[in-house]
Parts: sequence; structure tokens; C-alpha cells
Amino acid sequence: MNAVITVTGKDSKGIIAKVSTVCTEYGANIVDITQSVLRDYFVMFMIADISELKVKLSEFVDVMNALADENSLKIQTMHEDIFNAMHRI
Amino acid sequence: MINVGDILETVNMISNDHLDIRTVTMGISLLDCASAGKDGFADAVYEKITAKAKDLVKVGEEIEKEYGIPIINKRVSVTPVAIAGAMLDEEGFLKTAKALDRAAETLGINFIGGYSALVQKGMSDADRRFIATIPEALALTERVCSSVNIGSTKSGINMDAVRTVGETVKRTAYLTRENGSIGCAKLVVFTNAPEDNPFMAGAFHGVSEGETVLNVGVSGPGVVKSAIEKLGSADLEAVAEEIKRTAFKITRVGQLVALEASRRLGVPFGIVDLSLAPTPAVGDSVAEILEAIGVGRCGGCGTTAALALLNDAVKKGGVMASSKVGGLSGAFIPVSEDAGMIRAAEDGTLCIEKLEAMTAVCSVGLDMIAVPGDTTAAVISALIADEAAIGVVNSKTTAVRVIPAYGKAVGDRVDFGGLLGSAPVMSIKQTDPSALINRGGLIPAPIQSLKN
Repeated sequence: MNAVITVTGKDSKGIIAKVSTVCTEYGANIVDITQSVLRDYFVMFMIADISELKVKLSEFVDVMNALADENSLKIQTMHEDIFNAMHRI
Repeated sequence: MINVGDILETVNMISNDHLDIRTVTMGISLLDCASAGKDGFADAVYEKITAKAKDLVKVGEEIEKEYGIPIINKRVSVTPVAIAGAMLDEEGFLKTAKALDRAAETLGINFIGGYSALVQKGMSDADRRFIATIPEALALTERVCSSVNIGSTKSGINMDAVRTVGETVKRTAYLTRENGSIGCAKLVVFTNAPEDNPFMAGAFHGVSEGETVLNVGVSGPGVVKSAIEKLGSADLEAVAEEIKRTAFKITRVGQLVALEASRRLGVPFGIVDLSLAPTPAVGDSVAEILEAIGVGRCGGCGTTAALALLNDAVKKGGVMASSKVGGLSGAFIPVSEDAGMIRAAEDGTLCIEKLEAMTAVCSVGLDMIAVPGDTTAAVISALIADEAAIGVVNSKTTAVRVIPAYGKAVGDRVDFGGLLGSAPVMSIKQTDPSALINRGGLIPAPIQSLKN
């Protein structure tokens, strides 16, 4: 069971570190990651295994949102099923 | 593995194009509440609804968060009160309306539907008593939605009921005159009413439904519009294909949410309603889709053709994406709830007659239309009869939700707030149809009702 974490915002030092630290802390195991910086704009897609998440996914979403607010980023944490439903038959 | 393009597309649809689940509606049968008798009915209704739907909002919010898709409304629909509460007198019906309102408040939902009667063929004494209470019930409550089904392809149009309901609409407008006659925004007059519709104000839990059921209504006019805009000047077959593809994706999200909510609540999944439901937000408009297809202004010539294409493609795309579809399933054209419709009505391009033509090719009907406050009950009844005729003859659902805004004239505007939006008062022909309406009786079912 995976979650897709999309992080966007103005580039700054240590974005990946901050997001992955929170993931580790809550038991989400990062299985794939891709990122790019376009001019000053940072975009990262992360797929994390959440089968051993220590809290409910909805609580993890709150934690990620708080992290986003603290760092002026936009973080969307979504269960992968929404992407599978939309893009796979 | 999911690819980046897919992730971006989904995230964009939600963040920029207003993709959302419009409503998760739990249907609850009230038939067994009749055993509580005349005095205990309202309390039994309150107890049952608050017990069955106690987790609805909580589960809705959880799913919303986990999947990152907004679920705008969580709602409840119940068995038509005129049927479940047939033993009640007028006071009992009003007490039940208040109990429904209280139950909605306890659950934290904004609307509850089912203060309804089905009188397409005839009215029982209970139906008459019930319909007489609708205006007061809508004035006394905030969250209760009411509907009356006055015609069907199988039975024809009950013109006695049409006459009564025209007066009901007028009286509701008067009793809620302090708030822009808002009561009328919560009163739908149906033909061929679906029993599994999740959308308010017309939702009720059909008598043939089970104990409880979960129906989901999707949305996404903004997503369809931006998909069409990306096509440039492609031909109409390409436009139809693109709408189908988009509708498929939107509906798949609806199906996912419906199954997940059904599992978590332990309530059987009913249907996904494949509707394009606009909101007053900019970029979330059905009118703007028609304009993106190429109609200069919604309401101008070409509008009906573009809408027919849109409505059909939405259904074709959606039907494969869900295991069960139902409800109203089509594009909605509520004037006050759609920024593009409001604009077109205000500049005179969109008139009631054009809206009536549009309802022949889409879901649902003359929806959220404000007309001058001095419009007579007979004119409203005749408008309802016209719309019912379109529904009966074409074997489709039609509805009339018209607001004769008390004290307002053409050119004024009525504000309802929130999803109900604001309606420009539109001109309607005021010639007197009372001779037709006063004849009463039944317009017989059309020949196409004889399918056996």
C-alpha cells in the first residue's frame, strides 16, 4: 500500500531531507523518488510504502500539511489508489 | 508503477480545475418508523437517522484526506415522508420536518432530503395533507429539502397535483420572503423522479431501496472545460472523445470513494451519479464548457446541440467507469449555481424558453431560476406542466426548481449564499394559463408508455 507525496514550492536547502525525515519518523518507507528544479521552483514526487505507517493515513496527511506550512511548500499526500483508479483500467 | 504525468494530471485536476466529489449521500429507509405511531413518528425518525448516519461525516472527512480529493457534501436522504408518515396529520408532518432538521444538525450535514411525496398518478388524503405542509416546513427548517413527483412516462401528468404544487411554490416564496424566498430553492417538482438520486434538493430514498444505501455524485465541469480548451480547433468527434475520457477519469474517482465509504460505513453501495454539477466558483461552470466547445455565449444558437453532445459523452465515458450508475446522470444547468449561466442570463442571451429546450437534451430541468415575485401560481403550474411534458414524452427525468422571488422584478438579483449561489430574476411570459390549469385531471400517459 503506497502513498504518493507531491511537493512543490520555491527551492531551498534540505527540502528532501525534511520530507524524508518525517516519513521515516512515521514509518513510511520511501520506495521511489523523482525531483527537478525549474528555475527556482522545486517539484518532487515521492512514492512511499505506508503499510507500516505508525498513525492513520489521515493523521500522516495532517503532519505533512503542517510541514508544508512551516516551510512555505505545498505538499499533497494521497493514497495511490486514486491514481490507479483514474489512470488504470 | 504510476508515472509522473498521471500524478500531475490528477493533482492539477483537483488543485486547479475544481475536481471534487460533490456529494456522498446516505439513503435511510423510514418505513419501519411508522410502527411508532402518530405521536412517536418524529422521534423515531430522529433516532433512526442519527444512529444510522452517525459516522457519515467522520468517514467522509477521512476519505477526503487520505485520497486528497475534496468531498464537498455529506448528506442524508430518507423515504418520502408522505409515504412513511401517511398516518400523520398536518401537525405531525411539521413535527417530522423539525425532527429531520434537528437530525441533520446533529450529524453536521447541510441538507437532508426526502420531505417528499410521489403523486404522479393520484393524491391520497395523506399526500394532500402532506403537500399542504411543505411551505411551512421549508420556512420552519434550514436543512430540510422537499420534492414532489407529479408525472411519469408510465402514468402521465397529474394536473391536479400540478395545480396544487404551483400554489405550494408561491406560498413557500411568501413564507420565506425575508430570505429571498429561499424555501423555493429547496423544493423540486419532478417528473420521472429517480429513487437513488444523491443530489439535493431532489434526493429521497426510494421505497424499493434497501434499509440503507450509499450513493455518490461526482462533479468536474472545470476539468472537462480545461480538457476541451487544450484541444484547440479539433473537430467535434475529438471533442466528444475527450469528454468521454475525462468523464471516465472523474467517475473512477467517484467509484473509488463510493466503494471505500461503503466499506467503512458498512452500508451497501448504491450508485454513482454521473453528473456534471457546477458551482458558483469561477471555472466550475457547465455554461463555460459549452462556450469552450464554441457557443459564443451560453443560450445563443448552438447551445442545445453542444449540450446534447456534452451530456451524451459524459454518460458514455462515465458508464464504464462505475459498476452501477443511476440517479440523474447528466449535465446540470442550474442558473444561480453556475457563473457562466448567471452571466448569460444577465446579458439577456439565456432566457427561460432556451433553458426549456436545453432540458430536453440534458439532466435535469428548469433549475434554480428566479422569476418575478408577482408571477401567478397558475403561470408556475403551467411552467411545471411544460417541463413535465418534456420528461414524460422523452422518458427522462425533468425537474422544476423555480423561485418566484417575493417583491423582486426582472433585473433584480436574489442571493442565496453558498452552493445555491445567486439568481438574476428572469423574465417569464405572464399570459394567463389558468383555464388550462383549472381543468385539472390527468394528462394521459403517452403511447410510448406501452412497451409491453
